Amino acid sequence: MSTNQAAFVRSAIIEASPAPALESGVISWLRKNLFATPKDTALTIISLLILAWLVPPAIQWLFIDAAWTGGGRGVCATISQGGSQPEGWSGACWAFVNAKFDQFVYGRYPLEERWRPAIVGILFVLFLVPMLIPKVPYKGLNAILLFIALPIIATILLPGGWFGIIYVETALWGGLMVTLALSFVGIAVSLPLGILLALGRRSDMPVIKMLCTVFIEMVRGVPLITVLFMASVMLPLFLPQGVTFDKFLRALIGVSLFASAYMAEVVRGGLQAIPKGQYEGADSLGLSYWQKMGLIVLPQALKLVIPGIVNTFIGLFKDTSLVSIIGMFDLLGIVRLNFTDTNWATAVTPLTGLIFAGFVFWLFCFGMSRYSGFMERLLDKSQR
Amino acid sequence: MAIGVTNAPERSKSSGSIINDPQVRGIFYQAITIIILAVLIYWIVDNTTENLRRANIASGYDFLRSRAGFDVGQSLISFTSDSTYGRALVVGFLNTLLVAITGIITATVIGFIVGIGRLSHNWIIAKLSLAYVEVFRNIPPLLVIFFWYSGVLAILPQARDALALPLDIYVSNRGVAFPSPIPGEGAQYTLLAFLIAVAASFFVARYARQKQMATGQRFPVLWTVLGLIIGLPLVTFLVTGAPLTFDVPVAGKFNLTGGSVVGPEFMSLFLALSFYTAAFIAEIVRAGIRGVSKGQTEAAHALGIRPRLTTRLVIVPQAMRIIIPPLTSQYLNLTKNSSLAVAVGYADLVAVGGTILNQTGQSIEVVSIWLIVYLSLSLATSLFMNWYNARMALVER
Repeated sequence: MSTNQAAFVRSAIIEASPAPALESGVISWLRKNLFATPKDTALTIISLLILAWLVPPAIQWLFIDAAWTGGGRGVCATISQGGSQPEGWSGACWAFVNAKFDQFVYGRYPLEERWRPAIVGILFVLFLVPMLIPKVPYKGLNAILLFIALPIIATILLPGGWFGIIYVETALWGGLMVTLALSFVGIAVSLPLGILLALGRRSDMPVIKMLCTVFIEMVRGVPLITVLFMASVMLPLFLPQGVTFDKFLRALIGVSLFASAYMAEVVRGGLQAIPKGQYEGADSLGLSYWQKMGLIVLPQALKLVIPGIVNTFIGLFKDTSLVSIIGMFDLLGIVRLNFTDTNWATAVTPLTGLIFAGFVFWLFCFGMSRYSGFMERLLDKSQR
Repeated sequence: MAIGVTNAPERSKSSGSIINDPQVRGIFYQAITIIILAVLIYWIVDNTTENLRRANIASGYDFLRSRAGFDVGQSLISFTSDSTYGRALVVGFLNTLLVAITGIITATVIGFIVGIGRLSHNWIIAKLSLAYVEVFRNIPPLLVIFFWYSGVLAILPQARDALALPLDIYVSNRGVAFPSPIPGEGAQYTLLAFLIAVAASFFVARYARQKQMATGQRFPVLWTVLGLIIGLPLVTFLVTGAPLTFDVPVAGKFNLTGGSVVGPEFMSLFLALSFYTAAFIAEIVRAGIRGVSKGQTEAAHALGIRPRLTTRLVIVPQAMRIIIPPLTSQYLNLTKNSSLAVAVGYADLVAVGGTILNQTGQSIEVVSIWLIVYLSLSLATSLFMNWYNARMALVER
């Protein structure tokens, strides 16, 4: 053994040396992700310069220079505009949002009656949150509470006029409350109606098929505004003298019909993706048409098109902002209405109000799309 | 007994009564649907004629020939308040087309840049593109329009101290003013040269393709075509003595005079629609490029095709097949969203129609015009895109 010991043979294994500095840690990350090629380097530097040019002024405008408190336009206007800010000042006017916040939520709903929408809102959150968490049991009961009990409570409480609570006409409704109510009803109506339309379009009966196809293509071919105009201008013409429809109800009908046509196309995509064997299997078991669809086809088809359904919901939520054009005050409408309030009219009020409204819309839509992604992954996992 | 015997086969013939025959049921249901529909339509028509008679509104399209009596802000063809309602609707239609076409071009450019940016290896570019998509996709387009209209464009300086940009462009809260070209004597030759150049380019491209098919040699199409389209009109322009002058906007005491002005209504609508739709196009482009399998790139590299050519000849043609159908529906969405013009008072088809509707009360006629125009626009776009799609589609052997 010892005779074989040569000086040039190592007796112990050499320690592993650390990776080269350029291949690990922050430097390697920077090199690979930001400065891989000369073109990358140029792009990185240009983007950083643009960010440096845009972000600090934006933060300055939104937060540092912003007027956070105050009771009138004075805090958001420069001295020459009749306010207290120095010349050349520009910043967000959060005091405006602060002062008008209740209006942004409830619209012009009477002050002393605002507990009613508040209760409906609290119930909505209470019923919705357990519905959205997959682990919470009693989904059936929960669905009944959310889709049957809540609408009944809302139709009793919000307009009022019975059980001793005063009547509040829908012209006074507004703000986030109207946006949420329109979207909720739109979603709750458009999904079942869309499924029916999709089934109708794939039906064997030529008359039903043609009617559904014509309806879907007509509605999808025109802008929502024309549908809303139709609902608000032509619906009264179609009804006998003396029968009037509430403006809010007309908008509801317009939005729901519009969304259901889009929903129908999404559902149809899912129906087409189900293999023919599933239909034939259901037929050979002797199931009726509705059993076949309800028990075999639709559960699979709807699962496939969850992203499309949620995208339609998001579109519907964004589209509710259009009702401000036909003279209703949803969140966007009420924010814009307040621009004309002489107590608050300044150069920066519109931008601040719109940023606030945009942020609220963004929160809801982004939340929905994130939740749909989560649901998709969950269902994907359970299928494997 | 005898009766029982004769009865038995009859009963088995109609086994399962007529009620259970799916075909009979189908006819029955459809008949009921038709009857209900007919009654409903009769009821609606009856109510409508009664209501119209009560409100003293004559139905029909005769009103299109009467004097409009209102002015529109921006119009591509001449229009005064003495023009007819029909002409007003044409102005609105042209304005809709204008904002839709310009919006589609810009949205496509931004969308492709952002969509490719999302796939970039460069971390900061990818994140910036992601932020762009997530912000614009989740905000109502109407809000984006107002953001530009009353948030940004309204707080620009007054017209008398407009921001002066290079090339005599002025930006103020009345819109963007820029020099308008006035063609002089002989300018039509330049236009003619341009048309000839375009036609010639077409033949050059065909010749190049045939040559490459026959001999394998490549002809520098791009440079030839660029030279033709830019060079030929330019030479003609100079030879005919540069017959072009500019009407330059001049800052007056209260307002800018001269030049062409693009109003803030058009600008805000155009910007909002472009930025909003671009977010969706970006996602489509990303999905399309991701949809081309990596093996295609690797195979192209293995054949020794350079990265740039791989992108142009292998990836893009395959990605386009995935991209085009949803892109079509985004173009249609943009066209339909252009009806949001009514919110800022840009005189598009819906805004003009709304004014006419309020003035004359001819709601059925106006709504029917809207429906016909938008439906045919939708149909035309989808026909064109289907044709294009068929050309691009993979030819399976």
